Amino acid sequence: MIRPDAPILLEIQGLHASVDEQPILNGVNLTIRAGEIHAVMGRNGSGKSTLSKVLAGHPAYTVTAGSVRYQDVNLLELEPEQRARIGLFLGFQYPVEIPGVSNLEFLRVATNARRQERGDDELDTFAFEDLVRERLNVVQMDPAFLERSVNQGFSGGEKKRNEILQMALLEPLVAILDETDSGLDIDALRIVASGVNQLAGPHTATLLITHYQRLLDLITPDFVHVMAAGRILRSGGKELALELERTGYDWVDAELARQPVEVP
Amino acid sequence: MSSAATVGDLVSQPYKYGFVTDIETEKIAKGLSEDVVRLISAKKEEPAFLLDFRLRAYRQWLRMTEPDWATLGYPAIDYQDIIYYAAPKQQQKKASLDEVDPKLLETFEKLGIPLSEQKRLSNVAVDAVFDSVSIATTYKEKLAEHGVIFSSISEAVKEHAELVERYLGTVVPSGDNFFAALNSAVFSDGSFVFIPKGVECPMELSTYFRINSGDTGQFERTLIVAEEGASVSYLEGCTAPMFDTNQLHAAVVELVVLDDASIKYSTVQNWYAGDENGVGGIYNFVTKRGQCRGERSKISWTQVETGSAITWKYPSCVLQGADSVGEFYSVALTNHRQQADTGTKMIHVGPRTRSTIVSKGISAGHSVNSYRGLVQIGPKAVGARNYSQCDSMLIGDQAGANTYPYIRCQQPEASVEHEASTCRISADQLFYLQSRGIGFEEAVSMMVSGFCRDVFNQLPMEFAAEADKLLALKLEGSVG
Ligand SMILES: Nc1ncnc2c1ncn2[C@@H]1O[C@H](COP(=O)(O)OP(=O)(O)O)[C@@H](O)[C@H]1O
Ligand SMILES: [Mg+2]
Repeated sequence: MIRPDAPILLEIQGLHASVDEQPILNGVNLTIRAGEIHAVMGRNGSGKSTLSKVLAGHPAYTVTAGSVRYQDVNLLELEPEQRARIGLFLGFQYPVEIPGVSNLEFLRVATNARRQERGDDELDTFAFEDLVRERLNVVQMDPAFLERSVNQGFSGGEKKRNEILQMALLEPLVAILDETDSGLDIDALRIVASGVNQLAGPHTATLLITHYQRLLDLITPDFVHVMAAGRILRSGGKELALELERTGYDWVDAELARQPVEVP
Repeated sequence: MSSAATVGDLVSQPYKYGFVTDIETEKIAKGLSEDVVRLISAKKEEPAFLLDFRLRAYRQWLRMTEPDWATLGYPAIDYQDIIYYAAPKQQQKKASLDEVDPKLLETFEKLGIPLSEQKRLSNVAVDAVFDSVSIATTYKEKLAEHGVIFSSISEAVKEHAELVERYLGTVVPSGDNFFAALNSAVFSDGSFVFIPKGVECPMELSTYFRINSGDTGQFERTLIVAEEGASVSYLEGCTAPMFDTNQLHAAVVELVVLDDASIKYSTVQNWYAGDENGVGGIYNFVTKRGQCRGERSKISWTQVETGSAITWKYPSCVLQGADSVGEFYSVALTNHRQQADTGTKMIHVGPRTRSTIVSKGISAGHSVNSYRGLVQIGPKAVGARNYSQCDSMLIGDQAGANTYPYIRCQQPEASVEHEASTCRISADQLFYLQSRGIGFEEAVSMMVSGFCRDVFNQLPMEFAAEADKLLALKLEGSVG
C-alpha cells in the first residue's frame, strides 16, 4: 500500500560496503515507508544478500560510505541484536544450523528480547508455549520442530518456515526476506506467502529479495528494484517484475556501462 | 539454598577469587626429604601406620620419574623449591566455628561459602580447606546422628584410625604414579567421608579447596567410603589467588563403594588459570579413582574443569563387582594458554559391568585441550558394555583439540562403542542468534551450554544453571 505521507521506516543513502577491502555495495539508495512492500531482484552475485546482511549488521562487512536511518535512529551505529530488538528482521537465504540449542528456547529468548525493548512483560515458558502454538498456525508447522535444535536437520523448506515463524513471533517493523521462496515447492510457497501477507500491515514494511515472479504473484509488491553490481539500477512498479520475467537481465550490462559507479 | 549455592557464587563474575588473604602461616622450609616427610607426620601427631605409609610412598617416589606422555608442555618443576607444609596459625582445630580466625571465615564468605552458624547453607555440609588444612566442617553433629562421618582426613586419622587404615591407599596405592606417590608422602589434609550400611546421606556434602600461599604445594587427600546400600552426593569446588608464579597441586581422591552403594562425585574446578599470556596459574596433577567393589555398585564422576594452567587428571572407575556401573561426565574448557589433558579410565573386571563416558572439550584462544581415555575389558567381564562420546568444540582458529581413546578388550562378548565429533562456533551462527535480538555473550553461552547439556544435566541441579555462565565468563573476548 503506497501512501506518500506515510512515515519513512528505512532510508538508505549512498551505501557502500566491502568485505576484506573488496567493494560489494556501490551506492545503494532506497526509501521504504510504512505499509509498503518492496521487491529487490537481480542476478546472482549482484549484492542482494550483502545488502540484507549489512542492514542487519553482519560483522564481516564494513560500511565505507553512506547512511541508513531506521525510523529516527542511525541504524549503522547499533549492534545486530539491538537492530533486531527495535524491529528489524532478516529472514536468511541460508539459515544456519545451531546444534544443541533448543529451537523453543531460542524462540523464547528472542521473543522476550524484542518484548523487553517494547516494554512488554517477559513471557514465561507457559505463556510462551501458548503464543508459539498460535503462531505455528501461520506457517502450518508441526510443533515437533520446537523440540529440535535450531534448524538442525531441517529440510530447506522447513528452515524457511522456521524463519517465518520467527518473524511472526518477533513482529518486526521492517522485515527483509532474502530468497525465502527459493527451494520451496508450491504448497510451501503458498504457506510462506500467506504468512507474509498476514503479517504485513499499514504500520510495517516488507523487503522481499527474490528471483521469481511466482512469489510476486502471491505477494503483490508496491515497488520493484533491480540490483546489479552492488547498487539499484532500476526501480519501478509491479509491472517491472513481469517485464524482467519476459526480457531477463541481458540489458543490465549495457545499462551498467551507461551509469558509472559513484565514488564515495 | 542448595548444593549449588556452595559453588554458585563462584561463577558470577570474571576471576574474582584472585585475592590473597593476609594471614599468619606456619610454614616449614622449602624442599623435600625423608626428614620433611617425618616432620609433617610428627606435626600432625600421626599414628605409626601413617608414617610408614608416607615413608614407603616417599621411597617409591624417589625411584620414579615424572610422566611425559601427556600432551602438555611446561618447564621442569623443581621439587626442592616447593614448601610442603603450610597451615594458618591457629593452634588446633576449634571446637566451635565461632572460634575460628575471623579472617578465614571472611575469606570463605568472600568465596560464597559462609560457614558461621547463622549464615551457612541449610542443606549442604561443607568442609573448608585452606592451604591444604581443613579449618572447619559444618553439620558434623547432624550427620553423625545418621552415622555419617564427614571430617577432615587429619581428624579422621585421630578419631577413626581403623577406618582410615582399612581403606587409605587401597584404591590408589602409594606407588601408583609419580604424583600419587608424592601426594602419599606429603599430603597435609583433605576430606574423609564414611556412609555406613544402608544410609542415604541426608545432605549434599561439599569440600571447598582454597589455595592461598604462593610458594606452597597443595597436596590434599580425599577418601570416601560408601558401605552396602549407602549413597552420597559429594561436590568439590576450588579457587586460588592470582600469582605470576605457578603452584603445584597434586591431589589424590579415592572412592570405595560396596554392594548396592553409590557415590556421585562432582567437581567444579576453577583454580587460577594464569593470564592471557600463560603467566602464572595452577599446575593441577590429580589422581582420582573409584573402586566399585560391590555388586550393583555405582560411581559417577562429573567434572567441570575451567581453571588451572595445566590439568592432568583422569577420574577412573574400577568395576569389580558384577553389574557395577561407572560414569564419567566431563566438560573441560581451556582458553588463552591453558593446557588440559584429561579423561577417564574405565576398567571392567566383573561380569555385566557398564560404563558411560561423555566428554566435552571446549578450546579457545591458544589453548590445547586433549581427551585421553582408556576402556579396558578384562577376560571375566562377560557382557560388559561401554559407551563413549567425545565431542570437541573449537572457538577461534588458534586452539587445538585432541582425542586419544584407548580400547583394550579381552572379552569377545563385550560391547564397546565410541563416538567422536568436532565442531566450531562460527561467526555466522553467532550472527544468526544476534540478528534475533540475542546479545553476543548470551549467544556464546547458549551455544556452549547447548554443547555441554548432557554433562550439565548430571550436576546438582541449581549448579547446572550457573555452570554455563561460568563457561561464558571464561570465554569472554575469545570469540569473533
Ligand atoms: N563474506 C564474503 N566474502 C567474500 N565475498 C563475498 C562475501 N559476501 C558476498 N561476497 C561477494 O559479493 C558478491 C555479492 O554477493 P551476494 O550479496 O551474496 O549476492 P546475491 O545475494 O545478489 O546473489 C558476490 O560476488 C559474492 O561472492
Ligand atoms: Mg543472495
